[in-house]
Amino acid sequence: MNVIAFYIAAAIAIVTTLLVITRKNAVQALLYLALSLISVAVVFFDLGAPFVAALEVIIYAGSIIVLFIFVVMMLNLGKRATLAEGRLLQPRMWIGPTIFAAILIGEVAYLLARGNATAAAAHLVSPKEVGMALYGPYLIGVELSSFLLMSALVGAYHLGWHKQPKPETEDVGREYSTRIDAGRDTVRAGSSRPAGAP
Amino acid sequence: MLAGILFALGVAGLLVRRNLVFILMSIEIMLNAAGLAFVTAGARWAQADGQVMFIFILAMAASEVSVGLALVLQLYHQNRSLDADEASEMRG
Repeated sequence: MNVIAFYIAAAIAIVTTLLVITRKNAVQALLYLALSLISVAVVFFDLGAPFVAALEVIIYAGSIIVLFIFVVMMLNLGKRATLAEGRLLQPRMWIGPTIFAAILIGEVAYLLARGNATAAAAHLVSPKEVGMALYGPYLIGVELSSFLLMSALVGAYHLGWHKQPKPETEDVGREYSTRIDAGRDTVRAGSSRPAGAP
Repeated sequence: MLAGILFALGVAGLLVRRNLVFILMSIEIMLNAAGLAFVTAGARWAQADGQVMFIFILAMAASEVSVGLALVLQLYHQNRSLDADEASEMRG
């Protein structure tokens, strides 16, 4: 375990996390969040857990951040989004994340160049050991997490599927109710008519 | 130590921000800090159990985020805002 590399990555993680919770712009905060996760991955790599570091980069910094970005982009559609996109391309927005990412890349390159010496110093927990433990004593946990992922899949599908028709009917209902309010007596009389009446 | 600081920052973000997307991000930070604590303990005692627990935390975080973001979208379509205080009326 390389102490200097660990402290640099830890400092970057803390600074980027602070920046995440203080940014006003969601996209900028997401950039810093991705950097925070990647720096934690570098910490894992330094601690002798390369498998978990790869998982962190792939799942957290890959898929979860992409999910967040999708939602943020869906939430502010419209004309304002194109203006915001123009602002995103200014150097002020991406210069900070770029600097931090460059530092992390240099650190990983340094650790890889050091190679086997660091890996031998920190007791390396290989992916094979993790897999043996995962499917040995933790088999129930694997099954339970598969339950959890399945239920999350079904739940997210249900919530997302319900979303599409609902705003439409809601809007139509609101419009209809305002129309009722505008001509209250006539429509009220009509709507209280029994269903089978002509 | 680093895990503690990251967890504290996640809690601070959770308490300070009122935007739902930021609250979800803070939860991510806290889960990540917990995973970091597990992996560090696993590396300290040279066991694979810490990484196994991290994988479980990862699966839980992924499912939590997917459901949470779906809920955020739903709430946004109903309320037209992302403020957590807007959604505080429970009629039941």
